[in-house]
Amino acid sequence: MKIGLEIHVQLNRLRSKLFCGCRADYYTLSPNSNVCAVCLGLPGSLPVLNSGAVRQAIMVSLALRANPSTRFNFVRKNYFYPDMPKNFQISQYDKAGGAPVSKGGEMELTTDAQKPLRVKLTRIQIEEDPGRLFHPSGLGSSKYTLVDYNRAGVGLLEIVTQPDLSTPREARLLITKLRSILEHLGVCNTSLEGAMRVDANISTDGNNRVEIKNISSYKDVERALEYEAVRQSQLIALGKPIERETRHWLEEKGTTSSSRAKEEEQDYRYFPEPDIPAVELTEDYIKDIQGSLPELPDSRASRFCREYGLTPYDAGVLVLDKALADYFEETVRLYPKPRIVSNWIQTELLRQLNEKKQEISELRFGPKELAEMLSMIDKGEISGKTGKKVVMEMALTGEGPKSVVERLGLARLGDEAAIRALAQTVFKENPNAVKDALKNPEAVNFLVGQIMKKISGRADPEITNRVVRGLLKAQTSS
Amino acid sequence: MRHSSEIVRTDATTIAKMVSSQETQAREVLEAFLERISRYNDALRAFVYVDTEGARTRASEIDREIKRGTTYRMAGVPIAVKDVISVKGLPLTCGSKILRGYVPPYDATVIARLRKAGCVIVGMTNTDEFAMGSSTENSAYGPSINPWMQSRVPGGSSGGSAVAVAAGMAAIGLGSDTGGSVRLPASFVGVYGLKPSYGAVSRFGLVAFSNSIEQIGIFARSIGDLKLTYSVISGADPLDGTTLTFDWNLTTEEGTKVNAFRAGKVIEMSGEGVEPPVLEALDRTVQTLKRYSIQIENVNIPHLENCLAAYYLIAMSEASSNLARFDGVRYGNRVKTEGNWNEEYSRVRALFGSEVKRRVILGAHALSSGFFSMYYDKAARFRTLIKSEFESAFRNYDLLIGPTSPSPAFRLGERTLDPVQMYLSDVDTVPMNLTGVPALSVPTGFANAEGGLLPVATQLIAPYGREDTIFSIASLLEKAGVSAPKVVNPWGNIL
Repeated sequence: MKIGLEIHVQLNRLRSKLFCGCRADYYTLSPNSNVCAVCLGLPGSLPVLNSGAVRQAIMVSLALRANPSTRFNFVRKNYFYPDMPKNFQISQYDKAGGAPVSKGGEMELTTDAQKPLRVKLTRIQIEEDPGRLFHPSGLGSSKYTLVDYNRAGVGLLEIVTQPDLSTPREARLLITKLRSILEHLGVCNTSLEGAMRVDANISTDGNNRVEIKNISSYKDVERALEYEAVRQSQLIALGKPIERETRHWLEEKGTTSSSRAKEEEQDYRYFPEPDIPAVELTEDYIKDIQGSLPELPDSRASRFCREYGLTPYDAGVLVLDKALADYFEETVRLYPKPRIVSNWIQTELLRQLNEKKQEISELRFGPKELAEMLSMIDKGEISGKTGKKVVMEMALTGEGPKSVVERLGLARLGDEAAIRALAQTVFKENPNAVKDALKNPEAVNFLVGQIMKKISGRADPEITNRVVRGLLKAQTSS
Repeated sequence: MRHSSEIVRTDATTIAKMVSSQETQAREVLEAFLERISRYNDALRAFVYVDTEGARTRASEIDREIKRGTTYRMAGVPIAVKDVISVKGLPLTCGSKILRGYVPPYDATVIARLRKAGCVIVGMTNTDEFAMGSSTENSAYGPSINPWMQSRVPGGSSGGSAVAVAAGMAAIGLGSDTGGSVRLPASFVGVYGLKPSYGAVSRFGLVAFSNSIEQIGIFARSIGDLKLTYSVISGADPLDGTTLTFDWNLTTEEGTKVNAFRAGKVIEMSGEGVEPPVLEALDRTVQTLKRYSIQIENVNIPHLENCLAAYYLIAMSEASSNLARFDGVRYGNRVKTEGNWNEEYSRVRALFGSEVKRRVILGAHALSSGFFSMYYDKAARFRTLIKSEFESAFRNYDLLIGPTSPSPAFRLGERTLDPVQMYLSDVDTVPMNLTGVPALSVPTGFANAEGGLLPVATQLIAPYGREDTIFSIASLLEKAGVSAPKVVNPWGNIL
């Protein structure tokens, strides 16, 4: 199987859209309130290129080891669609007199294989986002369609890979890695809806290539490709041909449906955009950006191994999500035992996030609370097992660890008299076990376990052991 | 108080001085022009929309501001605006049915600058639909008429503004020049018509026909007016990425060095097919310049005749894309329809006139895959060639001269049935759009026709960014009396 991806990344951390002063972070604004003459394509309006978008495109190019051009331009991609205010999209192209912002590039993915997987990039281009259509009662049946142009004109980077991926899982790994790189560069808040959208090309055993469009969440890439792989393998098994076509990903159904056959492929009538002069960059400008790139996931992982003694695997998991890696480092700053922090994050925190389908940013407690909880274990105020329960409660309520422990009475029981009282009850309830324990020292553990069970493992194990042995000795001697 | 016919004959520079010094009032000036409009606009069809009340309000406001000490460079100068330039609050139709009902929510940069300079926007003037034409006969409102002769077109596409200035309905007119659309009508009605260097004047607010070659241009009846208006509207605009500011200063007295100038008469523009009165006017210009010690020689631009084909390919290609946005979804004339959006689009776009449809279809064809390299790309490469031919000519000459049009104004209906004949009207003007150099049409004489007079003109062409040269030379011609634009009453009575 050969898979290539076209990933659209919104430059939503810019102050403004690609060609006008409207906001790039349109997500919470009421429909058609984030528009002006330019992004609505009113007659006579002209696009003026956002220089911040150029800078970010160069940053991404360099981070992906692509070759930024010192001279590039824009083209018009002409087609009619109601979400496009001008009925053409200002984009880039490597033909028809166009030159994209960068060519080539490469990403390295860690898979189960010994060697990392290298995926080559074809090009990176800058283009404008269209608006959004709403079909009030579904795509096929609505009597009318509503258009919201708040998104129209937001800057996009289109990152095109070569078909170097061979499984849906690898496609997910690439997207995850790219997402982390973009977050580290600070060019995209990838968790916003539609911030990363993917079109995927997939072909099996030299058959026709099928393009899947409209994968509007990076999380759905693997799912969509898996569906398509199954669909294609079934066709092959039935001896049916695989048509060269474009298919639409239907998120709710989890399937793809045919949207355009090859014969209907559009002629976009590309030509250089006359309103935006070609951009000329100096080598110094590019070098300056290269020199000021922030730490990227791969080098951050190496640093985690070096500085914190993490395994490459653990470091790799942490840096694949910038927010997670940040969370880790902040916790370590407050509680300087990195391997313990890493273990807690990778087991307990990720479990919470997976169960709740949350991002780390949505977690209801922060590094400070985690560090505090870990210190409480160290001080013997709670047991490790209680710690897990505290994490669960903090994730649920957003309380601090001290408050959770207090409210639920989870503090470790170190009071010898109290433990003795508990032990006496257990002895009464388990006379046979007491007899056994008198003969066989191994059976002592059962009694200790019963005491722990009564107070959810909070009893100090050392004291409990001492108390049980004391009571047994007393019985022997009496 | 001056007589109103005296006011409308007065040039804009003088009007601005008189209004600023409170010798006369902006409101009084405006009324004189409004009176001309109400008297002649039905016959001439220069304006398609007159903002009488808005203009009166603005004129009175300027008078009040001047009393309070505010200074303006163009105080109270009434301006006619071609119906392809956005004026906030005034209907903009581009001479088309498709935009009926659209009122721009913003001012074009040129309009904002003129307002700030104290101008009064009188109204919107007639144009060929989306500026596509050479006679205004492609306007949805019907053609404007040449005030010199009822049977003649005023030229186009900016015919309405040309007529408004020639007939004393406005002191200054704004047009747009994509392939000669300011210079041709200027020559047909006997006023000055400037196409600035590409990028000298902001296109923000100008409805695009062919973005890479067009400029907003100026109609005026004196070189002083032209310079004044040009200095107000030109200069880099943050809203138009293709603009820049030239580093010469128009306010200083130029022209001191012109006697060392060398000018080239373009052979390809002044040979076969040019009518005798046009050649006579050109010759009169040459003789006059010689008297001012300017050397004149013949110069070749070998591929000049191929410009028309390249121009139409580029202009139509860009237009096919520019006009895609007129689909009735966001603004303009919305056709109520049942069916999918392709059907709705088709019905809305049926509102385009036939010349616009022709150009959109030809342009889309020239850009389509399989034809791109044969048409659009070849035209683009030709552009590089013709630019280099102009550059080499300008290595030897400070100025090129030739006719603006090979003939005076043609008859209404004469070329409407043959698009190629119509396109040929632009043969002498399109090279300057392809190359981006500035050019001015100077009225330099008259032709006798049907017992009356029709203006003819000479074109002054300067290297890129050298509008100063054009103004210097044109001032000489004005001083020498070779050019003396007149206000004219229909039909052909000089006021």
